[in-house]
Amino acid sequence: MERPILEVKDFHAWFGTHEVVRNVNLSLHRNRVIAVMGPSGCGKTTFLRCINRMHELTPGARTEGQILLEGEDIYRMSPIMLRLRVGMVFQRPNPFPHMTIYENVLAGYLLNNIKLNRNDKEAIVESSLRKAALWEEVKDNLKKKGTFLSGGQQQRLCIARAIAMKPDILLLDEPTSALDPISTAGIEELLQELKKNYTLILVTHNMQQAARVSDDTAFFYMGELVEFAPTRQLFTAPQDQRTQNYITGRFS
Amino acid sequence: MPSPLATPPTEKSSRYSDTTEATRSLSRMRRLTLRISYAEKKDRFFRNGLLLAGLTILCLVIAIFLTLVIGSIPSFRATGIHFFWGKVWDPVTGVFGALPFLIGTLLTSFLALLISIPFSISIALFLGEYFPPGKGKNRLAGLVQEAVELIAGIPSVIYGFWGLFVLVPIVRNIETQWHVLPYGVGIFTASLILAIMIIPYAASLSREIISLVPDELKEAAYSLGATHWEVIRYIVLPYARTGIFAGILLSLGRALGETMAVTMVIGNTSAIPTSIFSPGNTLASVIANEFTEAANETYLSALIELGLVLFVVTTLIHLIGKRVIRQFSTT
Repeated sequence: MERPILEVKDFHAWFGTHEVVRNVNLSLHRNRVIAVMGPSGCGKTTFLRCINRMHELTPGARTEGQILLEGEDIYRMSPIMLRLRVGMVFQRPNPFPHMTIYENVLAGYLLNNIKLNRNDKEAIVESSLRKAALWEEVKDNLKKKGTFLSGGQQQRLCIARAIAMKPDILLLDEPTSALDPISTAGIEELLQELKKNYTLILVTHNMQQAARVSDDTAFFYMGELVEFAPTRQLFTAPQDQRTQNYITGRFS
Repeated sequence: MPSPLATPPTEKSSRYSDTTEATRSLSRMRRLTLRISYAEKKDRFFRNGLLLAGLTILCLVIAIFLTLVIGSIPSFRATGIHFFWGKVWDPVTGVFGALPFLIGTLLTSFLALLISIPFSISIALFLGEYFPPGKGKNRLAGLVQEAVELIAGIPSVIYGFWGLFVLVPIVRNIETQWHVLPYGVGIFTASLILAIMIIPYAASLSREIISLVPDELKEAAYSLGATHWEVIRYIVLPYARTGIFAGILLSLGRALGETMAVTMVIGNTSAIPTSIFSPGNTLASVIANEFTEAANETYLSALIELGLVLFVVTTLIHLIGKRVIRQFSTT
């Protein structure tokens, strides 16, 4: 079997004295959609933000253990390098309001002071928007502000912005929780396309969504990784009583 | 506490207290109607009160403007339109030209703005982005914030004193070293004092705006591999630019009208300044200095006309600034 793209070893995370993630061990493989689900407050979002070290922006955050990206310890890398390889999409669509659609897609290059020539720029914008299934809708309006788009389109713009940096992994933090059902379906469909090129880690509190879109599912409860298995197996034959209780709706 | 609404209906109700069942329900209706009409009256009264306050302000502005205009009539008769670009101000021979003071006002204010902008934006970023006071153990940031607010509260005469005893000798030293006439007092010294005085205005408004930049935008930028500086440069400052501009405009307004501190260090010369080190005068400082000496009607009126010029200049800059802000916020 090929080497996992992401390995998590004995990983803990704290905010101050509160242990939010407890002793997680996990290996994730390429070109799959991995759902991280669990009730609110179970540490799933914190865990996700540890993967690109966004949790460090919160004062008092601390971690222990290792996360290896293709064998390399991410806590020994520069966070900048890491974030270029691990992109992120947030709960609420957050295109930069002072930039056009075109500039939004290229925002990562602007922010890192990477100069591109016009042809490269246009190629990146088109391919990123195509991959995010937004090109056909916006190709005539690239000079408009990104905030003029609908919620679902904005979220796809944010996905385009993240994949424009050609990351290995894309982290998605409940990317559909602020969207209507039709936009949600559009994003879910898009995830199936995206996994051909990227490894997707999707945090969701919506069990149905995890079941619909993911290949593997990790179930978090009270900061612990209770169970990690191929999605079909986890939902049909859970090994742990807590997983069983969660998917049968005893608590949520 | 009894509701003020209830008072008139209770008086009425006592009159109907011993009537039949039917009239009692009728009286209840009347009570209700009365109460509503009373409430409506109160509402109207309140609204008119607010309207009165608003109109008073409007009338005051117009009245001040008219006073200035009427007061300037004798001077305008004597000097005419030439007043506005006349280069000579000589009350003894009765020649009145406002140009030296107009230049002095604009020069000191914009120079002060130029000096203060880097500081006020730095302070705003320091407090709004790097060390938000109140979060965690940022004692230093709290002190800095207090200091900024304190600077705004110091009376301007104290700035004048401080400028006279501290800044003037320093500037004189610099002038000696650069081989310009070492007056010490002058446009440059006035600009320095003004710069210090206006920093809090731009700094506190900009800080407010900077701390309003949504966290989700900053997070998005971080997740794309931006450093703190890059987030500020490409996300925070462009997002907050309208507010920062508004703050700068506020401080410019303050600089244009500042009188006391400027008067004390500008040198009070009625000639057009030839360099930023030469002594000069501003519209406000001339008025403050010469008002008590104005011996004849034309002289007094000329000073009032200077006031009119200052009024128009500040209004114009205010209007232009508003326009720019509107343009910024729509694009």
